Amino acid sequence: MAYVLVLAVLAGAVYLISAPLRVVTRPARSDHDAAEVAELEAARDAKYAEIRDAELDLRTGKLSDDDHAAIDGSLRAEAVDILHRLDRARETDGIPSGA
Amino acid sequence: MAPAGKALLVLALLASVYGLFASVYGARTGRHEWVDSARRAMYVLAGMAAIAFVILDVAFITSDFSYKIVASGSSTTTPFLYRAAAIWATQQGSLLLWVLLLSSWSSLALFVTRHRVRDIAPYAQAVLLGFAVFFTALTALFANPFNTTSPAPAEGAGLDPLLRHTTMMIHPPMLYSGLTLMLVPFSFAVGALISGRLGAEWMQVTRRFALAAWLCLGIGVLLGMRWSYTELGWGGYWAWDPVENAALMPWLVATAYIHSIMIQEKRGMLKVWNASLVLLAGTLAIVGDFLVRSGILSSIHAFVSDPTLNTSFVALIAVMVIGSIGLVTWRREGLRTEAGLDSLVSREAVFLFQNLALVALTAVIFWITFFPLISEAVTGTQVSVGPPAFLPFVVPLALIVVALAGIGPIIPWRRVSAAKLRRSFVFPVAVWLGTMVILAFVSGVTRHLFAYLMFGFGAFVVATVAQEFFRGARARRAMTGDSPPAALAGLVRRNRRRYGGYIVHAGVAVALIGVAASTSFQHQRYATLTPGQSVRIAGYKVTYVRPFATATAEKISFGAVLSWSKGGQHVTTMRTSYGLYPSQDGLRPVGRFFETGDGASVESHVGLQAGFTRDLWAAINANIAPLQSRINQGDVLFSRLLAQDLALPAARQAAQLRIAYGLRDELIQVLAQRYVSHPWAASFKLEDSPLVTWLWIGAIIAALGGLTALWPMPPGASRRRRRAAGLRPRATAPPDRSPSEPIREPELV
Repeated sequence: MAYVLVLAVLAGAVYLISAPLRVVTRPARSDHDAAEVAELEAARDAKYAEIRDAELDLRTGKLSDDDHAAIDGSLRAEAVDILHRLDRARETDGIPSGA
Repeated sequence: MAPAGKALLVLALLASVYGLFASVYGARTGRHEWVDSARRAMYVLAGMAAIAFVILDVAFITSDFSYKIVASGSSTTTPFLYRAAAIWATQQGSLLLWVLLLSSWSSLALFVTRHRVRDIAPYAQAVLLGFAVFFTALTALFANPFNTTSPAPAEGAGLDPLLRHTTMMIHPPMLYSGLTLMLVPFSFAVGALISGRLGAEWMQVTRRFALAAWLCLGIGVLLGMRWSYTELGWGGYWAWDPVENAALMPWLVATAYIHSIMIQEKRGMLKVWNASLVLLAGTLAIVGDFLVRSGILSSIHAFVSDPTLNTSFVALIAVMVIGSIGLVTWRREGLRTEAGLDSLVSREAVFLFQNLALVALTAVIFWITFFPLISEAVTGTQVSVGPPAFLPFVVPLALIVVALAGIGPIIPWRRVSAAKLRRSFVFPVAVWLGTMVILAFVSGVTRHLFAYLMFGFGAFVVATVAQEFFRGARARRAMTGDSPPAALAGLVRRNRRRYGGYIVHAGVAVALIGVAASTSFQHQRYATLTPGQSVRIAGYKVTYVRPFATATAEKISFGAVLSWSKGGQHVTTMRTSYGLYPSQDGLRPVGRFFETGDGASVESHVGLQAGFTRDLWAAINANIAPLQSRINQGDVLFSRLLAQDLALPAARQAAQLRIAYGLRDELIQVLAQRYVSHPWAASFKLEDSPLVTWLWIGAIIAALGGLTALWPMPPGASRRRRRAAGLRPRATAPPDRSPSEPIREPELV
């Protein structure tokens, strides 16, 4: 019983671990460029979250209209900058813009 | 099945070694198939560890004493649920649990990140598999739980009585989950540093794991405190024990980290700090495990020292420390901050101060915890320091952290106008002042400055959190027209990270109010009483009503019924007992059931009347010395009788032994009843502790807040939030051309 269990586990493990090595993989697009896009997308999402937080702070009375306008403007400028960099990275990576 | 368990551990070790090298090879060559294969090796490791764990647990449940650790850590008289949990009461079993949890959490982390952070993940995977190699090798080669003995003993030594407590069934898995989860962000930080991908993405990917680690560690610490309070019989919940501190330190650093990553995500600041914090948290997690396993510092919670394990752990910690410092130094250029503080009155500034206080707190605890070893290294003499050494440093830092936990939520990011700041502070400051003024008139409160200040700051935090919820719900109501409860629920549902965090702040404040009250205003009294006698404590009259005793196959308990009254009115009746578990001393057939000396298996069952305003607590130290002469007589008598029986032919031996053991059990019952029928004096420790219940309530609130922050957004919410509104940027300085992707308008609610 013990030997059967160990052999079954061993066979399953070898099958599972070797599966990626048994298929012919096509060359992936540059990891470096894809990572750059992913990093910029993360930065974009963080910036959106920041814009959203500033909006929430305005509505809950923590920020004055003037403060919010200044912060929101600055955040949006930073977001636009990230989006431009994202466009460039996607062009390099061959991903359609706005994807 | 022991050979199968051993074989599985060897296979698990081979799988983790393969995974480690395949990860590194895949990362260096960019061949994803090797990285994918290595990731599957982690899944396989988790599967094998799970099967091995089940095999071992079945051995505990079925009392298979051919396994050495089952014989040393369980017995047939150990209740079923404790037998199922006894696996992690042993060094070997707990190492297997660690391997299981490490590989399971690592598998989950690698699975959810398999299509993300593809530059970082292979290195992070290699680090996680490196940890897996280390712990699997320890388990398979040096502390194998599947070692057997032949012939198997008829009975096991039993589970340590102190561990026969409900929380002990959950406490170690929670702590180990917290510590192993902490290695996930650690590994991804190492991966980010090696790959040079130092943006916020790896933090976003592992943020939930850091939060889960924080939550599990916090729950683990809480369960340990509850166990200490209700089981150990010393009347407290925190003794600054090295192993307690070992769990607290990574929790404190994780608290700092989950705040400071927000600053990096939002402002691109504190990159060196964040990388250092997460590396420190991971290293402290291993230090914590080392303290539990090594026994290098005296602790009630530690396993017996093992030189092989100690050397291995010291080597691992050295690699982690040197490697972390090296990586941060190597990448210092890439970790340069992208922005500066706009204002000292901003949330990021408050987070920064809070981080400094938390790290200072950790440094103090680390220094004092390890001071005995440091003093031994310098002077040759191990100097022990107790709780008083911690308090002068910990108390002021804790006050600062609590005050900042109140200030942080009401200050926005970046900057704030003076008028808005005043408006935000009016209500919380009024509550704080009101609390301080009212308490100043309550007799005795101001004499305990720590408690007085903590009550004030605690009220301040609760007020700020209440104000935040009120304002947020009002804003949502104005936008959606929802009813107040629906608006509140919607607000939390849509902003789980923010409002979950606020709930945690409130919970921690409530818990610390409980700590301040119960430590500063506690009354304690030791008394030796005979049945009918009374003693007074904090206005209560405590009467020793009568003794009781019970003798079962598992243990013998000697206890007392106590009656508490105040002003002539009966308050409560409670039972407290002192349990003795039989030793393995074969030379004392009767005396082994009454062992009370060093190394004896004894437990306290405390009497506890918990309430919202105060806990009444009692523990007995029963005096069974008057029984000793009869116990000795029983030993002589039954040793002789058993020797005679063992000399009989095998055919008659079993029947005679059964009769002899039956007589012995009757004698034990007689001795137990003699304790009841003779009014000997017993020693009691009595306590009146105010507001202890609020410590547990606050901790539960904090845990619920943590769960709220951790809980994933409902399906579709992210998509709705990401829906493009087609708006152009409102930037003050528009770029020369618009990006192809429009800025998405924030959906507040």
